[in-house]
Amino acid sequence: MIAGSTGRRASADGGAGAATADADDRVSEVRERAWAAASRVVDPELPMLTLVDLGVLRGIEVGDDGAVVAAITPTYSGCPAMATMRDDLLRELQDAGFADARIRIALDPAWTSDWITPEGRAALAAAGISPPGAAPRREGPVAVRLLPTRRAVRCPQCGSEDVALSSEFGSTACKAMYRCLACREPFDHVKEI
Amino acid sequence: MADVRTHEPDAHDSVYAGLLGSDAHWAFGTDFEDPLAGVDTTVPAGVEPAALAAYCLMLGDDALVLSHRISEWCSRAPDLEEDIALANIALDLLGQARLLLARAAAADPGIVPALPEGSPVPDEDRLAFFREDDRFRNVRLAEVPNGDFAETIVRILLFSVARAALFSRLAGSRDAVLAAVAVKGGKELAYHGDFAGRWFVTLARGTEESRRRLLAALDGLWPLWPEVLTTHPVERAVAEAGVGVDPADVRAEVDAALDAVLAAAGVERPDRAPLAGVRGRTGRDGCHTEALSRMLAEMQVVARAHPRGLW
Repeated sequence: MIAGSTGRRASADGGAGAATADADDRVSEVRERAWAAASRVVDPELPMLTLVDLGVLRGIEVGDDGAVVAAITPTYSGCPAMATMRDDLLRELQDAGFADARIRIALDPAWTSDWITPEGRAALAAAGISPPGAAPRREGPVAVRLLPTRRAVRCPQCGSEDVALSSEFGSTACKAMYRCLACREPFDHVKEI
Repeated sequence: MADVRTHEPDAHDSVYAGLLGSDAHWAFGTDFEDPLAGVDTTVPAGVEPAALAAYCLMLGDDALVLSHRISEWCSRAPDLEEDIALANIALDLLGQARLLLARAAAADPGIVPALPEGSPVPDEDRLAFFREDDRFRNVRLAEVPNGDFAETIVRILLFSVARAALFSRLAGSRDAVLAAVAVKGGKELAYHGDFAGRWFVTLARGTEESRRRLLAALDGLWPLWPEVLTTHPVERAVAEAGVGVDPADVRAEVDAALDAVLAAAGVERPDRAPLAGVRGRTGRDGCHTEALSRMLAEMQVVARAHPRGLW
């Protein structure tokens, strides 16, 4: 579930009355404008997805001083795209008039492929990348899964279910490699995590 | 000649065009000026900052050193798919190391090597590139030189199973940063363990030669295995403080997971004595094999030549 434009640090203890309500309205308005700007940013490695589609943009906070802070979370611990995401977000926010915008890292809760939105899944498929199924739940004692991961994967080119795993790892940390046995095309599949 | 354009220019046309602030993207790590930007790094009440930092170094150095060893396979693995797999595993471990070293530095800034005034090198990189070998606290399993592909598979299996079990408990740490790193890293390690476990069985049940190599690898690494699950006083202290995990507490679980793989592979546990330390001191105490010094010499040489380098 995407956090959306959640979270803020606006003063809520200024007492009841019109002044507080006005301040709350202003904060909401700022947050909505900032969210609109931030949600235009796309992932540098999967540019068919916005950071919202990917579930990486976790929220926009507006401080008492009106400063905007966007929270992002890495998909994988070693995700090399974080710096680019930060810079792309800052540029978009600055262009929208938020000169003092900052970006913070949100490590908790950890990203899961379940956060990729339905729109994001459709965009992946349209771009020839197979979207992830439901993320596995690993509970109880640690165990090694010796059988290949069973996934309901369809070839994003021809729609065939006659596909074979080439590698559990791929061109980026978040993908595995498959090939279609019907149309013979290789394709990427976003890993469930 | 006509101007050929395949698409409308955008911010990603040049890798340099979109950079703001600094262009320190290329030499160290995966750059985010601070991998814990905006994260609350307050040390929980009742926890000794030095002990928490030492513990984070132990976990972080394990990940860093093993990541480096695995990355040595880049362009040299048996086939392209395995090359990519090993590079991905190394990258995940490097990311975990970066967060853990940054957490160590934030808990106790006193452990971070001093560099010339004005050096732009961030704390986690100072720890990685400017510490001597006897300050590294990784287990020796992580540092021994690479053998063949079977040796790397066995090493990844042993490490991933132990670390995944540890992280599943560390997810309940009173230290919010360690807990978050453990939840995230645990999913990655489970994936690495699955990959290594499948190759372990494939090699064991493959050809006579693949089985011979797998057994030799297991036999060779087995003396280094007990150190991974032996409790160090620092681990005991952080476990008692509720921020760390005593590896003895996951031993039974790890043994069971490993035995299941060995059984599927038709392989017995080797009968090999643990590699002794020096007067009881092992990797966790900074007492390493010569291989770590050689590895660090190569890993650190460029950074040490340019302590003020802006990359």
